[in-house]
Amino acid sequence: MTTVDTDERRPRRGAELGLLVLALAIGIGAYAVVGLQLTDALPEHFYLVGGAIAAFGLTAHVLLRVLAPYADQVMLPVVIALNGIGLAMIYRLDLGSQVTGGDQNLAPGQLQFTAISMVVAFVVIWLVRDHRLLRRYTYTAMVVGIVLVALPLVPGLGVNIHGAEIWINLFGYSLQPAEFAKIAFAIFFAGYLVTNRDTLALAGPKILGLQLPRLRDLGPIIIVWLVSLAILVFERDLGTSLLFFGLFVAMLYIATERVSWVVIGLLLFAVGAVAATVMFGHVEARVEVWLHPFDAEVYGRDPGGSGQLVGGLFGLANGGLFGTGWGAGYPRLVPFAQSDFIYASLGEELGLTGLLAILLAYLILVERGLRTAVAVRDGFGKLLAGGLAFVMAWQLFVVVGGITRIIPLTGLTMPFIAQGGSSLLANWIVVALLLRISDNARRPSSLPVRGQVAPGGVRAHEPVAVPGGGAVHAGAMPDDAPTAVGGRVGSVDGGGTDTGHGHATDQPTEVVARPSDDDQPGGAR
Amino acid sequence: MNHPLRRVATVVLVMFLALMVSTTWIQFFRAETLDNDPRNVRTIYREYDNYRGPIVVAGDAVASSAPVDDPFGFQRSYTDGPLYAPVTGYFSVVNGTSEIESAENDYLSGEASSLWLDRLTGLVTGEQPQGASVELTIDPAAQQAAWDALGDQRGAVVAIEPATGRVLALVSKPSYDPNTLASHDSGEASAAFQELSNADGDPMSNRAIRGKTYPPGSTFKLVTSAAALESGDYTPETVIPAPDTIPYPQSSQSMQNFGGISCSPSGEMTLADALRISCNTAFADLGVTLGDDALRDQAEDFGFDDDGLTIPMRVTASHFPTNDTEESDEGGTLRAGIGQGAVRATPLQMAMVSAAIANDGVQMAPYTVETVRNPDLDVVRKTDPRRLRTSVSSSTAEDLTQMMLGVVQNGSGTSAQMPGVQVAGKTGTAENVPGEAPHAWFTSFAPADDPQVAVAVIVENGGSSGSEATGGAVAAPIAKAVMEAVLNG
Repeated sequence: MTTVDTDERRPRRGAELGLLVLALAIGIGAYAVVGLQLTDALPEHFYLVGGAIAAFGLTAHVLLRVLAPYADQVMLPVVIALNGIGLAMIYRLDLGSQVTGGDQNLAPGQLQFTAISMVVAFVVIWLVRDHRLLRRYTYTAMVVGIVLVALPLVPGLGVNIHGAEIWINLFGYSLQPAEFAKIAFAIFFAGYLVTNRDTLALAGPKILGLQLPRLRDLGPIIIVWLVSLAILVFERDLGTSLLFFGLFVAMLYIATERVSWVVIGLLLFAVGAVAATVMFGHVEARVEVWLHPFDAEVYGRDPGGSGQLVGGLFGLANGGLFGTGWGAGYPRLVPFAQSDFIYASLGEELGLTGLLAILLAYLILVERGLRTAVAVRDGFGKLLAGGLAFVMAWQLFVVVGGITRIIPLTGLTMPFIAQGGSSLLANWIVVALLLRISDNARRPSSLPVRGQVAPGGVRAHEPVAVPGGGAVHAGAMPDDAPTAVGGRVGSVDGGGTDTGHGHATDQPTEVVARPSDDDQPGGAR
Repeated sequence: MNHPLRRVATVVLVMFLALMVSTTWIQFFRAETLDNDPRNVRTIYREYDNYRGPIVVAGDAVASSAPVDDPFGFQRSYTDGPLYAPVTGYFSVVNGTSEIESAENDYLSGEASSLWLDRLTGLVTGEQPQGASVELTIDPAAQQAAWDALGDQRGAVVAIEPATGRVLALVSKPSYDPNTLASHDSGEASAAFQELSNADGDPMSNRAIRGKTYPPGSTFKLVTSAAALESGDYTPETVIPAPDTIPYPQSSQSMQNFGGISCSPSGEMTLADALRISCNTAFADLGVTLGDDALRDQAEDFGFDDDGLTIPMRVTASHFPTNDTEESDEGGTLRAGIGQGAVRATPLQMAMVSAAIANDGVQMAPYTVETVRNPDLDVVRKTDPRRLRTSVSSSTAEDLTQMMLGVVQNGSGTSAQMPGVQVAGKTGTAENVPGEAPHAWFTSFAPADDPQVAVAVIVENGGSSGSEATGGAVAAPIAKAVMEAVLNG
C-alpha cells in the first residue's frame, strides 16, 4: 500500500463492476443453492429477489460513478458479497428449522434492512460530499455517541434481551444503538485527536522505556474508560465495551504514535475488566465458560453454561475442511445461529475453506480502509478512516475470537453477515464513509503542494468543497501546524501538508521521479 | 500518521491470522475430538441422517426408511417388527444397531465401497442416494409358522435349506418391536431399551443364534451316533450295551433313563433302536467307549466350537467341553455323550447338524442375505452357497437318516409325522438347572429322500407343558409346522 500508482487516479470503476458481478453471483448463487438443497426448488420469488439484489448492487455501482467516482473499487463488491452470503445463510436457517422447532422468518426482514441500509449509505455519501465536513460535528458526535450508548438505560425505551441491556425498542423494532454509537465515537475521536494529538504526544516522564503522557492529558482517556466500564456494568455488555475501548486506543495510537497509550489503555481496561469480573457474576461466568467450556459442570449450568459456545465448536468441527454444504449441517442446534453464532453456522456448512475465504474478504475490506487512511491527505480523514477500518476488524476479532475461544464470548455481531438491522445499517454507513474518504484520497487534486509550484498550471478539476470556510489550501488545516515542534517532525507526519521531510518511508518515490505528475502533497502517503 | 497506520494494518493482519489459526485449530486439528464428544448430537444426526436401504423378505420390506421432518431426516420403521426382530435387529439413534442392521450397515447406509458409483451420482445430482436394499433368504411362511407354533412359549426356531444353507426361518421368543427403539425421541428410545433390557424373558436376546446356548440333550445323540458310525466299528444294527443305570465315577449317583425306564430287558439294543427311543444309558456308554476325542472331533465336524461363524450376524459358537481332564474324568464324557454336562449348542447349530445329515454329510454355510441391490435394483452382491465342511461321510449320513426316520415313525418323535412326507428327526429333553423343567428340543429334516428343509426347535423349560414336557411332545409339533410351511409354500 505504499505506492499509489498514478493510474489509480483514474476512476477505474470498470474493475469494480467486474468484481461486483462476481460478488452478486456468489450471493445470489448461494441463495439459489440453499433453496435447491433444502426444498428441491429455487426459493420462492427467486428471480424477483435475485433481480432486486442485483439491481441494488448495480445501482450502487452507478451511484458511486456519479457521487464518488474515485472511491475505492474493492470495498463495495466485498461488502455486497458478505451481505449476500449472510442473506443466504439467514434464509437457509429460516428453512432448516426442524431442530429448534417453529419456523423462523428472518430473511425477508434482513433483505429489507439491506435495502434500507444501502439507501441510507448512499444518502450519506451524497450528503457528506467531503468527509472533512464531519469534523465540524466533533463534539456533537460525542454527545450523540454518549446518548446512544445511554439510550438502553432509559426506562421504557431500553429492552433487556438475553441479559444484556443494549437494545432499545423503537417503532416496534429492536435497535442496538451501540452499533451507531461506534460511528459517532469514531467521528468524535478523529476530531478530538486531530486537534489534541500534539498535546497527547508530548513527552511526559519516561518510565521503563515507555514515554508516558502527562497526567493531565489522561482526562479524555479516563472518560472513555469510564464510559466503557459503565457499559460493561450497567448494560452488561462486554462486547460493546471492548469495542469502544479498542477503537479509542487504536485511534489514540494512530494520532500520537505512542505505544505508551496502548499500554496504558490495555492496563486500564484490564483493571476494569478484572474488577468487573470480581464484582459481577455474569462476567465471571463468561470467563469460566471461555476457559473451561467442556467441564461438565460449566457445560450443564443454566443459565450461563457453555452449551452455546460448545455447540458452536461442535458445528465448526462438523464442518471440517470443506463443510457439509449448504443445508446439510445442523446449525440451528446452536442458539442464535443466525446472529451471534452465524460464524459457526457458516463454518459448519461452508467449512474451513469457506470461513478462510470470508475472513480474507473482511481482511481485504479492512486493509482497503486502512489504505484509504494512508492515502487520504488530511489528519481528520486519516484518523476517521483508520478508526472505522480498525473498528470493523476489531469487531470481527471480538466476535470470531469469542466463538473460537481466543477471548471470552461477547455479544457482538459479524458485520454485514449476521442477522440484525442495526448492525447492518451501521456497518453500511461505515463503508459509506470509507468510500467517501477513499474518493477524496484518490481524487486528483488541483491543489498546489506547499513548497512546490503547481506544475503546468492547475488541473482542471473542481476543487473540493470544504466546509468551514473552504480553507483547504496548503497549510491551512489546523492539524498541519505541529510541524513547528522542534525535532518531532517525524512523529507528526499525518498532516496533509507535511513539508516533505517526514518519514522517508512515507514518501512515494514517484513524487521524486515524476514531479510533474504529482499534484499531491508529498508526505501524504 | 502513516507510520502508526501501517502498524495498525500489521496488527489487523495479526488479528486475522489469529482468527484463521483458531478456526483451523477447531475445524481441522480438534475436529475429531469434538466430533467424538458424547455431547455432540451432530455426530449421531450425521450418522443417522441417511436414506437407509430397506431389508426385504420375499419382495416385501420388513425394515425401511422414510423421509421425516426432523433433524435425522429419515425414520426407520419395521413391518412385523417382533416377528423379524431376530433377523433385522434394530437401528436406534440412542442404542446403535444390531443383527442385519449392524452386519450389513455399510450396504444399507450406502457407505460400502462397491456403492461408490451411486455415491458419486448423488454427489453430482445433489440428491442423497438411498442405501442398498438387503434381500433375505427368510421364507415368510416358515417364519410365520414358527412364530405361531411357538406361541407364548420361550424358545427359538431355526430352519435351513440343507442343500444351500439358506436360513428359511429364524425366530426367537419372546421378541421385541424394533420400532420402539427406532424412535428419534432419545428419551423414548432409551426408556424402551431400558424396559426391554429389564423385561422378563430377556426379549432382546437372540435365542436362535446367540446369547444363551443350551444343553442340546438327546439331540446330541445324533453327533454321538455319527461318531460311532464314522469310526467304522458300528452300523445302525450294531448291538450296544443299554443298561438300566450307569454309575457316575466317584459318585454314589448313577445315570438313569428318561423316567427311570429300562431301555431293553436284555440290557442291550441296536444303535438304531437306541436312537429311536433315545436311550440315555446306551449313548452314555457309547460315548465313553468312543472316547472324548472322537466325540469332540465329530462335534467339531458338525460345527461345534467354530468361533468365526457369521450369517452375516455373529453366531455364538456351540461348545463341546474337554471332559477327559482329571476332575471331570469319565463323568464328563458320560454326560457329554447324551448332550448334557457342559455341552452347549445354539438352535442354529442343531439345525446345521440335521442339515448336514440331510445334505449327504456336507454342511453348507448358513446365510440370511440372499442379494444386495443398489437403488437401481442392480445386484451388488449375491451370496453363493458355500461348503462349510464335510461333517460325515455320505454313507454315515444315509445311515443317520434312516435312524432318524425311525425316531419319527415309531420312536420318540412321532408327533412330527406328516402325511405323505418322510420326516427324519430327533427329540431332546435337556435337563437343565436342577429344579427347572427340562428344555424341549427337536431337530429334523424333510422330505428324507429330497430334503428341502432342516429345522431345530427349542422350547425353554418345556414351555407351557412345564416339567411334563418332552421334545417329542412339545418341540416336534413346532418343527412339523415349520416343515409343512416350507414344503407347502
